[in-house]
Amino acid sequence: MAQTFGDFVALLEGEGEYLKIGFHPTSIPLQQRWRNNGLSADFLADYLSTFFPGEDVATSERQSQIKGAVGYIANELLENCMKYSHASKQHLVSIEMFLEPDAITLYTTNGIEPVRIEPFQAFIQRLLTEDVGAMYIEQLESNADNDDGGASGMGFLTMLNDYGVKIAWNFSIPARAGDEVAVTTMVRMSL
Amino acid sequence: MDITREDYQVQYDEAAATVRCSGSFRLHGDEYKPMLDLLGHAADTKSAMLTLDVRELQFLNSSGINTLSKFVLQVRKHGVSQLVVQGSTRYPWQEKSLKNLQRLLPALRLDIV
Repeated sequence: MAQTFGDFVALLEGEGEYLKIGFHPTSIPLQQRWRNNGLSADFLADYLSTFFPGEDVATSERQSQIKGAVGYIANELLENCMKYSHASKQHLVSIEMFLEPDAITLYTTNGIEPVRIEPFQAFIQRLLTEDVGAMYIEQLESNADNDDGGASGMGFLTMLNDYGVKIAWNFSIPARAGDEVAVTTMVRMSL
Repeated sequence: MDITREDYQVQYDEAAATVRCSGSFRLHGDEYKPMLDLLGHAADTKSAMLTLDVRELQFLNSSGINTLSKFVLQVRKHGVSQLVVQGSTRYPWQEKSLKNLQRLLPALRLDIV
C-alpha cells in the first residue's frame, strides 16, 4: 500500500541508465555524514556530465546548467534525508538517479518518524496547491525572525522556484502495525 | 572577524564596505552562525554603500540562501545602505537564485557578469 502526492513516476531499475547510492542512517554521526551529502551530490552531477559532452559553447553551457542543477538538487535531497530520516534499522537512506532521453529523475528514500508524517504531508499539500513564488518569499521573511540557521522547506521551495522541477512523494504504508513508514521523494527535471 | 575554512571563506573588508564569499557553503543549521554574525556586523555599520561579492562562491545550499537572505533583510530593516550583490555567470546557481534577494529588497542592485 502507498499514498502518493503529486505526479509520482516510478522508474524501474534496468530501464535505461541509472545510479543508486545507499547509506545507513545511524552508522556515523550527522556531523560527519554531512560531508558525504556534498560528495555524493557532486559525484552524481559529475557522472552525468559524461552524457552531456560540452563540445562547443552551447553544449558546454548546457552541461554546466545540468551539472549545477543536479548537484544542487541531489545535495538538498540528501540533506533532508539526513536531517529527517528516522534512525531505525528498517530503512536505508538511498538516492537514485535515472537518465531518460527527455528527463533526469532523482529519488531519495528514507524512513520517517510517525509524528512527522502529518505536518510533512500538510506542507506537501501547500507546495502542490499554492503559489510557490509567494511561499518562497514568505518563508524567507519568517525565517529571518528565527535564530537557528535551519531553513524549513527552503530546499523544496528553491527546487520548484529556481529550477522549475516537478516534485512528488510516495509514502509506503506498512502492512504490519508498528512497522516504519518510508517516504520516497521524486524530483523530475525535463531536458 | 574573517572566516577561513578549507572549503569556504568569508571576508569583511571594512574600508571597502564589502563582504566577499568564496568556496562552497554546504553547512547545516547552527554552523552558519559565525557567518550570520559577520554579515550582521557588516549590515549594522550602516554604510551608504554595501557590497556582497559572491563571484567566487561555487555552491550555496538552501540554508546558505536563508543566511544571505537574513543579511538582505537586515539591510532592508536599517533602510540606509544601497546594497550591491556581485555575481558571476560561471556558476549557474547564481543566475537562478540571486534574483530572489531582489524580491526581498527591490532597491538591491544585482550585477551578474
